[in-house]
Amino acid sequence: MKVFVIGAGITGSLITRELSKYDLEVHVIEKAPDIGWGVTKANSAIVHGGYDDPPESVRAKFAAPGNEMYDKLSKELEFDFLRTGSYVIAFKREDVEYLKKLKERGMKNGVTNLEILTAKELKEKEPNLNEEIIAALWCPTAGITEPWEVSIAAIENAQENGAIVHLGEKVTDIIVQNQRVKKILTDKGEYDADIVINAAGLFADEIAKMAGIGDFEIFPRKGEYILLDEKLKGLVNAVIFPTPTKKSKGILVVPTVDGGILLGPNAVDLPKDQKENLETTRDGLNEVYEKSRKLVPKIDLSYTVKTFAGLRPETKDKDFIIGATKVWGFINVAGIRSPGLTAAPAIAKYIAEKVLSEDLGLNLSKKLDFNPYRRKIPHLNDSNLKEWEELVKKDPSFGRTVCFCNNVSEGEILEAIRRGARTLDGVKFRTRASFGRCQGGFCSLKILEIISRELSIPLEEIKQNYENSWIIKGKVRP
Amino acid sequence: MRRENVDVLIIGGGAAGLAAAIEAKKFGVKTLLLERDRSTGGVLNQCIHNGFGLHVFKAELTGPEFMEKLWEELGNLDEVIRNNYTVLKIDPEKKEVITLSEEGIVVFKPKALIMATGARERPLNSLRIPGSRVAGVFTAGVAQKMVNIYNRLPGNRVLIVGSGDIGLIMARRLKIEGMDVVGVVEIMPEPGGLIRNVVQCLDDFNIPLWLSHTVFKIHGKERLEGVTIGKVDENFKPIPGTERFLEVDTLVASVGLIPQNELIEDFVEMDAINRGPVVDDLMRTSVEWIFAAGNNVAIHDLVDFVYEEGKIAGENAAKYVLGEKLPEVKYRFERGDNVGVLLPQKFTGSQPFKMYVRSRKSLEKSAISFSGRTIRKFNWKIRPSEMIDLVVKNFEGLPKEILVEVNQID
Repeated sequence: MKVFVIGAGITGSLITRELSKYDLEVHVIEKAPDIGWGVTKANSAIVHGGYDDPPESVRAKFAAPGNEMYDKLSKELEFDFLRTGSYVIAFKREDVEYLKKLKERGMKNGVTNLEILTAKELKEKEPNLNEEIIAALWCPTAGITEPWEVSIAAIENAQENGAIVHLGEKVTDIIVQNQRVKKILTDKGEYDADIVINAAGLFADEIAKMAGIGDFEIFPRKGEYILLDEKLKGLVNAVIFPTPTKKSKGILVVPTVDGGILLGPNAVDLPKDQKENLETTRDGLNEVYEKSRKLVPKIDLSYTVKTFAGLRPETKDKDFIIGATKVWGFINVAGIRSPGLTAAPAIAKYIAEKVLSEDLGLNLSKKLDFNPYRRKIPHLNDSNLKEWEELVKKDPSFGRTVCFCNNVSEGEILEAIRRGARTLDGVKFRTRASFGRCQGGFCSLKILEIISRELSIPLEEIKQNYENSWIIKGKVRP
Repeated sequence: MRRENVDVLIIGGGAAGLAAAIEAKKFGVKTLLLERDRSTGGVLNQCIHNGFGLHVFKAELTGPEFMEKLWEELGNLDEVIRNNYTVLKIDPEKKEVITLSEEGIVVFKPKALIMATGARERPLNSLRIPGSRVAGVFTAGVAQKMVNIYNRLPGNRVLIVGSGDIGLIMARRLKIEGMDVVGVVEIMPEPGGLIRNVVQCLDDFNIPLWLSHTVFKIHGKERLEGVTIGKVDENFKPIPGTERFLEVDTLVASVGLIPQNELIEDFVEMDAINRGPVVDDLMRTSVEWIFAAGNNVAIHDLVDFVYEEGKIAGENAAKYVLGEKLPEVKYRFERGDNVGVLLPQKFTGSQPFKMYVRSRKSLEKSAISFSGRTIRKFNWKIRPSEMIDLVVKNFEGLPKEILVEVNQID
């Protein structure tokens, strides 16, 4: 049985890993040159509590269970995950009423540990919030992670368990015969396929149309962010939400796993043809600043490290579209907007245990030799110095610092290249080299040099990320 | 974890650190310099243009030539310099410096420490310019290293953002190497670099300088495809209607240098305007055994000044180690009208010393005063971009707290 997952974002990656537990030939096809470069790369990176999705929604079905799975998952795949908790804060009496509603909704969704705190209780835990806040809904189970790292970890582990990964390969058509999936065509070849799982993010509607399924559309909704320096660590300790609006959860102040502070996102609905529009705007960034400052007045933009924008795949009903379709073997995992990161592990399990096993009636057997563990690339800031010294004694490249802002060694960069990094961003998302306050000023040329040396390719051919993102034009003189 | 005792430990092997090592060594104390890069010299390595050393060597040297002078002065480099040692942490209580290198973790226990960690470039990403995030955006220092060390060109057509000295130097450098340099935009109404660089790097090469202009938007999908630039008002807000599109595939940003003090800023008294530690005329910080010199103390215009500061720090750190009683701080400067960068912030009054001041605005004719007493008049235009240096030698009648002002005179 040949299964093809389309898209190596957070959902596609976790589905691929889940399916690699079974005796199946599992492929994942990703059009970008690397893992997790679409929606997964630029979002708030929050594992939500799962209390605020409408109880009757598909989202609610997966959010809280997905959240619960993160402890085990983060241990197996060794990615950073911190249960920081989250607050929804109230400025006005009617906001408090809303918090009560959220709490009730949480109960319905199975999130039973929510608590409404007084301003005084809140201040003890989060001293830097606006003095005008009168109450907050505390959710202890919310957390933060790095979505791209989760994706990379899941794919590495899937590969270890036999999955086949196709990067930089674009699906061009899906051949359906007698209402059954038959083949997948790509810009690089064609494959016989029994099952196709459509986890194509912003482009899931276009993939579905290839299989003759045109019953939904994906709209891009843009969110802009400002990332602040890790010097501000502790400005907030948990995720801070405003009282949500109808449209979104609002503009947040979020601690990042490496100690920075993330502000955003705003929400701008874009036309359907702008699925690659990742531009930030003056108005958008101002909105992010003004609204986040309302939550945390101390926010100081002179600590800005960078700004960026991400897109969320939105559907008409603002809900996930998950399950089998009228074409046997074609399965949608579409419209995975917020809380997609949270829900993804639960969605992956559902695809295997419910959709494939029950709905499609496949008799899946588990591999006896499945290895659930993936080892992360070692990193100095996580280890104690004695362990790191032992590592250096074994391999001196771990003693050569390349990225000074984040203390990333040459050894880590070599390991990232061994695991598939081919570009500056590939190295950056695997090691955090050039992610810090100097934004690659000291290390980007050194990283280019290491990639060039290790892969025997000229400096000129190394890209920032995508095919046309060249960095160096050529030699000054021969 | 190996431990090593040392008399004077210097962190950073740029001009300040090398000068400190040269001087400390003269006193016969055990001196060690830690450099995180492959070799010392810092940014001098890539500054192949001339203009260095006019003050201290009375010669017009290139960066590498200046560096070699320092190496010669230092003598046996291997005895003093440890390359590829990154300092992870300074423990102010235990007086320990924890490092990572191919050797593993080494904990140094110095009697005196000199911080010579220099500055880093402000990345364009931190300016929140709207638009895309694309390849082809470099800081001037990275572009300079690419061209001068790696023998590589960053692109075809370039706009320089910011008229700091490295930006001006790179405008000329990239033009000479065949790139199409469309111009330099500067958000301030005056150039950010030295006037001599504006003349020699832009005017002589017909490169336009657009003052009170900035980048409104960055265009492109994967590699830079162009920028929208335009004029800003006195509050640096874009003026609608002044936009113009420039087709470029490369941006080189020279938008400021940031002193690097992450290792000490949590336990040493800092000056928010200099963005460096508060120092006295002996280059002592608020922590007795820690000295500092160079661009981590405040951004200087000339390497010569950085070198001089390094020597002062090296001398006094060595004396401190030898148990010599160093004079106590008697006076403190306070910033008054129009004073930006200022160092040292306090002094002993035991010897003449050089002080540095940046005026906050340009003044045609001006004077610097200490608590109302005129110290020096300037009959030429002073600018924020050109640091004023003056030797203070007469301490008679000065109050303990001295208000420094730079004022317009008729």
